[in-house]
Amino acid sequence: MADGAQPGSVGLVSTKTVRLFTTESPLMLELGGSLGPIDVAYETYGSLSPAADNAVFICHALTGDAHAAGFHERAKRPGWWDNLIGPGRPLDTNRFFVISANLIGGCQGSTGPSSTDPATGKAYGLHFPLLMMRDLVEVHRALVRHLGISRLVAALGGSLGGMQVLQWALDHPAEVANAIVVAASSRLTAQNIGFSAVARRAIMTDPNFADGAYAAGGVNPDTGLAIARMMAHITYLSEDALTEKFGRQPHPDRQHPGFGIDFAVESYLDHQGQVFLERFDALSYLYLTRVMDYFDPFAAPDALEAVTADPVKWLVLSFDTDWRFGTEHSRRIVRKLERAGQPVTFREIPSAWGHDSFLLPVEPYHATLRAYFDRALKEVRA
Amino acid sequence: MTLRPDLALVAGLIPAGSRVLDLGCGSGELLAALIASAGCRGTGVEIDPDSVLAAISAGVPVIELDLDSELAEFADHSYDVVVLSRTVQTLHRPVEVLNHMGRIGERLIVSVPNFGYWRHRLRLLRGRMPMSREIPHAWYDTPNLRHTTLVELEELFASLGLKVEQRVVLSPAGAPLRSGDRLYNVVGGSAVYVLHTNGG
Repeated sequence: MADGAQPGSVGLVSTKTVRLFTTESPLMLELGGSLGPIDVAYETYGSLSPAADNAVFICHALTGDAHAAGFHERAKRPGWWDNLIGPGRPLDTNRFFVISANLIGGCQGSTGPSSTDPATGKAYGLHFPLLMMRDLVEVHRALVRHLGISRLVAALGGSLGGMQVLQWALDHPAEVANAIVVAASSRLTAQNIGFSAVARRAIMTDPNFADGAYAAGGVNPDTGLAIARMMAHITYLSEDALTEKFGRQPHPDRQHPGFGIDFAVESYLDHQGQVFLERFDALSYLYLTRVMDYFDPFAAPDALEAVTADPVKWLVLSFDTDWRFGTEHSRRIVRKLERAGQPVTFREIPSAWGHDSFLLPVEPYHATLRAYFDRALKEVRA
Repeated sequence: MTLRPDLALVAGLIPAGSRVLDLGCGSGELLAALIASAGCRGTGVEIDPDSVLAAISAGVPVIELDLDSELAEFADHSYDVVVLSRTVQTLHRPVEVLNHMGRIGERLIVSVPNFGYWRHRLRLLRGRMPMSREIPHAWYDTPNLRHTTLVELEELFASLGLKVEQRVVLSPAGAPLRSGDRLYNVVGGSAVYVLHTNGG
């Protein structure tokens, strides 16, 4: 374990980058056309077994990145899923080899709309192709092949991450022994799409957006992106969680009522918006929310054909206070799979924290994942 | 792994290769055995969180939901066998649950403790609520909400269009009694029923 690492932490880690597709051999996209070159930023934790039979792939959510666990050099905060991944943690890196990759279309090391288009020498901007869930999955598959793995013990993801897992396992059941889908959806509701639409409108009507060519002008649509994040953040927490955290507490600097940051919750959301600007790109926000809007894998008449022939073991989890992708979203996934004869396990986890619960060490949630992973490894090696 | 005797009896009533829905599956013991040695597939349903975790550890697919209100999640005719093992007496809405079972599967297996067992009757005559190996709980601390004798349960089956294909009456120690014993409602500590829907 690296110096300064906490017990249970994977310790010091760094992000690697690999070119998985090239201009000559590009990724063929779901909506037609192609994309290349494609670089992917990824991290791994633990060791791949000689039989390459202990790999778990982590799919991140809308604004996640490759850095899921451990600490980067000089960093004070660990990766975004550090409470789950590490020696002795539910996803135990003493036994599992864990892979976490940044999504294409993202902005944290993998090719996305703010990457340079080799055809023009400038950032893609809105010339970047529209992506679908299958495109994200195809790139994950290429990374898994690159790492010499033909079958994962499990693919695991929350929210948009769970949607990737669902698509992956439906399309390529032989590659995923266990599919773990947390706080996800198989089809956004009008309300879900509505929230995304307002977020995108905030970004695209920011004067700095400049039709997506803001990088060339050296500016960013910060106001729009921060508003998008503030609104989304409200949907990630339950009303009770916001009440517990802030209630109606005044902001400490409040002098008299006005239109500034008068309430503590306003200060919190403002802070969430501002810190988001340091790590996220407005174009990525547009492209990745659109991937979710169009996701509807069960709409295809042959959606369940592959898994019917070659069943995958599924674990579907929801949280009772999640109103972004509430339990009804997970239940729909369970119904579709269970009615196709799939071995499905489902739990609705009690948690006060809403959609964000999938990132938190909620005890029954982690206990469920721990039991599931332990069993999954036993079965793979049986 | 040796199956608990009452579960072994239920397992013996399930044809190999069946798709089985086990309502109130507990830690998944029955399904684990059926999957491992009878080529069955299936799903457990359980609401107790510790039991759900135990079922997951046993590798049994388990869906956490409330039998009383959420069985509509399962499609018509989607299982070969639906099992309700020592659970009917704990339900708020046993009629709805039995109707759902008949909708979901053709062959139903229901096991119940017999409140009409003679020692229970004797206790009641002495002015005390029935307690025994089958019903070990004090009245204020029991999960059992519905107290039925075997005869009355069979009347309910009939009224719901469920035909009794087989009835295995067990002694309080769990040993099968001679079939056709006319006193089964008196001497039986519990019973296991194999039911068919009228369509089946």
